Amino acid sequence: MEGELAHIGAGLAAIGSGAAAIGVGTVAGNYLAGALRNPSAAAGQTATLFIGLAFAEALGIFAFLVSLLLMFAV
Amino acid sequence: MAEEKAEGGLVFHPLDQFIVKPLFGDGPVQWYTPTNVTLWLAIAILATIALFVIGSRGRGVVPSRVQSVAELFYGFIYKMVEDVCGKEGVRYFPYIMTIFVFIFFSNYLALIPMSYSPTSMIAITAVLGFGVFIAVTVLGFVKNGPSFLGLFWMKDAPAILRPIIAVIEVISYFVRPVSHSIRLAGNIMAGHAVLKVFAGFAALTLVSPVAIFGIVAIYGLEVLVCGIQAYVFTILTCVYLKDALHPHH
Repeated sequence: MEGELAHIGAGLAAIGSGAAAIGVGTVAGNYLAGALRNPSAAAGQTATLFIGLAFAEALGIFAFLVSLLLMFAV
Repeated sequence: MAEEKAEGGLVFHPLDQFIVKPLFGDGPVQWYTPTNVTLWLAIAILATIALFVIGSRGRGVVPSRVQSVAELFYGFIYKMVEDVCGKEGVRYFPYIMTIFVFIFFSNYLALIPMSYSPTSMIAITAVLGFGVFIAVTVLGFVKNGPSFLGLFWMKDAPAILRPIIAVIEVISYFVRPVSHSIRLAGNIMAGHAVLKVFAGFAALTLVSPVAIFGIVAIYGLEVLVCGIQAYVFTILTCVYLKDALHPHH
């Protein structure tokens, strides 16, 4: 029984990946919106873009890690 | 994993590629055993050394092909360090360059089929991440003395909020090495698991040739992710270094 519950938990943890997708989409979309308004300032902000993407993405990776742990380590 | 083979499901489990195996024989893995991890770590280090030794041998005014690649790496990282940390950060350029080139090569060499990706091991990325964390913390205290703690005390915030913000800042400071290392390992591990899952669809190519486009597309995405993750790890190192050099924002 416990094994099945762990797999259900792993599936629930995968919802976190979708939440991270929303975050990454918000960052990239807002960057693009700003870049189209002021293209000359866009090049200077790519580093900030990648840092923001990395922070948003890290939480999705944590969710992925939780589901991996539930599948194989618990 | 064995029962899936018995059921006739996946023949190769997507996560089997992350098993550490000794290169010779089947004995237990000791710290001195040559394994597939140490093999690919060694290849990454040899590739790095080869690129820069061969690249800097000629020192031509008109660079050869290898030299221009080596110069491209050097210029890219040098500009990143200078932009993010300022002129004082350039002193720590060799450390950041080493981290970038090592991660870059271990990420890209792992895209060769049947290879092992050292950066997908949390043990290896944790050493890199905690190394950066300890180095940056020590550097911050050496450079600024106790005023380094001003990093956690926002002078611009309203007085009531300052203690709460300080608590949050301290927590986020100590989570940094964890997220720093798990981001790299998680991205590479997830990417390679997805690659293997899509490679499992290869047999479908007989039924519908469209399947091959899926594999090619996901491989292209992985090529992109490997570069971006090396870049992200390096630029976050630069950001943490900037915090240590200028804690007062």
